[in-house]
Amino acid sequence: MPATPTHVPEPSRTDPALIRNFCIIAHIDHGKSTLADRMLQLTGVVEQRQMRAQYLDRMDIERERGITIKSQAVRLPWAPTTGDEQGRTHILNMIDTPGHVDFTYEVSRSLAACEGTILLVDAAQGIEAQTLANLYLAMENDLTIVPVLNKIDLPAAQPEKFSEELANLIGCDPSDVLRVSAKTGTGVEALLDRVVREVPAPVGVKDAPARAMIFDSVYDSYRGVVTYVRVVDGQLNRRERIRMMSTGATHELLEIGTNSPEMLAADGLGVGEVGYLITGVKDVRQSKVGDTITQQSKGATEALGGYKDPKPMVFSGLYPLDGSDYPELRDALDKLQLNDAALVYEPETSAALGFGFRVGFLGLLHLDVIRERLEREFGLDLIATAPNVVYRVVMEDGTEHTVTNPSEFPEGKISDVHEPVVRATILAPSEFIGSIMELCQSRRGVMLGMDYLSEDRVEIRYTLPLAEIVFDFFDQLKSKTRGYASLDYEPTGEQDAQLVKVDILLHGDKVDAFSAITHRDQAYAYGVRLVAKLKELIPRQAFEVPVQAAIGSRVIARETIRAIRKDVLAKCYGGDISRKRKLLEKQKEGKKRMKMVGSVEVPQEAFIAVLSSDDSAGGKARK
Amino acid sequence: MPSALPDGEPVPVDGALPPHALAGAGDRPLGFYLHVPYCATRCGYCDFNTYTANELRGTGGVLASRDNYADTLVAEVRLARKVLGDDPRQVRTVFVGGGTPTLLPAADLVRMLGAVRDEFGLADGAEITTEANPESVDPAYLAELRAGGFNRVSFGMQSARRHVLRVLDRTHTPGRPEACVAEARAAGFEHVNLDLIYGTPGESDDDWRASLDAAIGAGPDHVSAYALIVEEGTRLARRVRRGEVPMTDDDVHADRYLTADEVLAAAGFDWYEVSNWAASDAGRCLHNELYWRGADWWGAGPGAHSHVGGVRWWNVKHPGAYAAALTGGRSPGAGREVLPEEDRRVERVLLELRLREGCPLDLLRPAGLAASRSAVRDGLLEPGPYGAGRAVLTLRGRLLADAVVRDLVD
Repeated sequence: MPATPTHVPEPSRTDPALIRNFCIIAHIDHGKSTLADRMLQLTGVVEQRQMRAQYLDRMDIERERGITIKSQAVRLPWAPTTGDEQGRTHILNMIDTPGHVDFTYEVSRSLAACEGTILLVDAAQGIEAQTLANLYLAMENDLTIVPVLNKIDLPAAQPEKFSEELANLIGCDPSDVLRVSAKTGTGVEALLDRVVREVPAPVGVKDAPARAMIFDSVYDSYRGVVTYVRVVDGQLNRRERIRMMSTGATHELLEIGTNSPEMLAADGLGVGEVGYLITGVKDVRQSKVGDTITQQSKGATEALGGYKDPKPMVFSGLYPLDGSDYPELRDALDKLQLNDAALVYEPETSAALGFGFRVGFLGLLHLDVIRERLEREFGLDLIATAPNVVYRVVMEDGTEHTVTNPSEFPEGKISDVHEPVVRATILAPSEFIGSIMELCQSRRGVMLGMDYLSEDRVEIRYTLPLAEIVFDFFDQLKSKTRGYASLDYEPTGEQDAQLVKVDILLHGDKVDAFSAITHRDQAYAYGVRLVAKLKELIPRQAFEVPVQAAIGSRVIARETIRAIRKDVLAKCYGGDISRKRKLLEKQKEGKKRMKMVGSVEVPQEAFIAVLSSDDSAGGKARK
Repeated sequence: MPSALPDGEPVPVDGALPPHALAGAGDRPLGFYLHVPYCATRCGYCDFNTYTANELRGTGGVLASRDNYADTLVAEVRLARKVLGDDPRQVRTVFVGGGTPTLLPAADLVRMLGAVRDEFGLADGAEITTEANPESVDPAYLAELRAGGFNRVSFGMQSARRHVLRVLDRTHTPGRPEACVAEARAAGFEHVNLDLIYGTPGESDDDWRASLDAAIGAGPDHVSAYALIVEEGTRLARRVRRGEVPMTDDDVHADRYLTADEVLAAAGFDWYEVSNWAASDAGRCLHNELYWRGADWWGAGPGAHSHVGGVRWWNVKHPGAYAAALTGGRSPGAGREVLPEEDRRVERVLLELRLREGCPLDLLRPAGLAASRSAVRDGLLEPGPYGAGRAVLTLRGRLLADAVVRDLVD
């Protein structure tokens, strides 16, 4: 056990040559949190007696309760135990990265704040698709990759096999793959030494105007927005006025500091350093991930590259089950937006569902997280319409429409419809190649290529319409591969497609919430399926109700809900009266939960069952 | 298994009513329902509060025995006298139901009626009915009832077809109920009813027509026809669940109802309540009309329900517990509800709408009134009476009465 390092350099007075900025790329459950725990322990920033499992995760819960802030970047002093630098205290900044494809942009900014990354893979499971995607992202950012197999203490570990796999992926020798057990601590010191040895020190211009990149921005109900930055050039000092280069907005630096792992104020941050800023802004959209911060006076003129506005990819209508909850839903979305620059929404009215919001998300996980938080933290019961993507519709007269809600799909002469496409990467045991290809073909996929990662594991790449993924693709993939496949995708642009809008008519009235945009070849199947489902879910009414699916004015599927002919209890004598009145009260309650669509009473359950993305989008988030 | 009682507040030990319940009582008729909670066997479809000898053995001791039953019930009639105090009303109707009242000796039924006469007096022309099982009466029994003051008898015929009766677990042979009508007429009964059930699993359209024809041919002046309801917890429900007998769907019930109304109307029976037809106004069951028109009635016996001036209450269900309460000088009431004004309005709409006279439109609030206009347009309410201020169901409306009520009570 090494002693706590001595002569620890202080923030703003640290020689960049002694700094190593790195992150950890890992799949969920592959042991990232445990490894981080060991690092906190070995470097002495958390004393033995305060140590508990998953220290950094605990911060997460605290942040939800609004007590302290999650540590996005921990400053760790480390004096290598071996090699040329032995005994010389360095500063390691461990930067947290979001783990999911929906947040690829945020991941890319975290990676941009680093010079190196630890690629952490479970020695019993091998690499997963999302890890692979993030690895490619790291390689594109020219990061030094330190390959590590974790959990080598497990009986099921196959270090030989997976060292080979990692070596093939990053082009190193299998013997370069470190073997650690974060649980027992085996190999973690050697890993820290290796980070010092291999990850390059940051390089920046000390005397230039300050330029710092925001890689995360978190809202805290006590302190306002806490912004995490990596200083590239120059120096930021406390009480200084700063400027956000994308918007030109200026703020005073109320506090600047580092995390170890709690927030610790400092005089400033110099070249290559990583820390946090507090300016008093209340909304993360005023402190955007990827933006460059400089001083207000004599600041930099050129921002760092790579900044993008977050662009929603998937849309869903969110409606309160009880219409009177609409103001609560609005307030809840407002609150969530304080901490989520990517969340966009605008009010929307549906003839069938009443007042709600059309909400844009980065992806399915993002959608699911937001929906769950609205329900769990704000106690709202919601109907979420089936997720859809953004279409660009060009009319014959050259006008163009951006469609985020199927019911807004334009009528009339359409020249082209463009839909977003993604490049999907699927990793799976090779025995499932056939069924995966079958699934992808049925979803209009175009195969890009396939590579063997090892003898029995393949990486399959497809171009797929995003719309085909947002429904139940991931569930289907999991069930066809007995849960072994992992999926990752990234948007790659758009394509022309033969898309049509299918409307559902109840008793001749269009139900906007059920309109969907599908490929021409799938429209008929969609119509037939939905119409059959509705026939089953809508109770018989006082009159016959035709249920139709139509493209424009052409009906493609039809069912009829027969009129109810009997709705009366035969007996009503002395002892039946109380019972009957109570039954009536219950039935009236049930009637309140009906939504009137024209003259047809449709139970909420029918909307939920038809629209529910529980067994589609939800499945993705649960992986 | 008898069905569950509603939830309510407790009934005071002495059975006392809130004072307002008796306000204006003089303007309302008063009736008595006397429950006889015994059957020889339990029919598979029945969820009424009734018990076979086997079911009672060892659970209620001597108290639950049917030998003492008439005395116990008489004790409740005396309690009623105390609770109603100086209420001057004579009794307009008495209805003995069950169970199988005719499982008791005719003298017991006469004695129970006697208690009502002694305590309250019977109004001129009072309607005195008993239900009767075709298997448990004969001319002598009927004569004894008639002599004891009964003037109306209601037989459980259910069906004219043996295979239908078998599914219902009814033990009488086809033809016996019709013979009972003749015996009752011979004994001097002025009014005779036959109860029919339609929609029994396995019953065909033809079976149903045959049952209607047989009932009409027997010459009653009243026919009740009920759709078979497969109640949860009954043996029939279990058999349907196990797939031993098919479930009849609502459309078949609707067809059978239309057949019933057509055949009965052709034979001179007019509907006066959704499930009841009478050959003349005099043939209507006055007692049942008390239920439907918000009058007062005292229901005596285990599980019996009562209503006086907006207070509804119900007795404990088990004959043993019932007898124990009365023997101990306590009210056998298990629970009650004192109805707020709005509940009373809702009840009036839901009950009166089932009647041929319908319910007055001034019972409806604006939303219900608007709904009633749509109901006329949709052919569920008769336009003629509507113009005269009454909501009266059409034939199709009768089959959808519960749906109409749901809209009209808004």
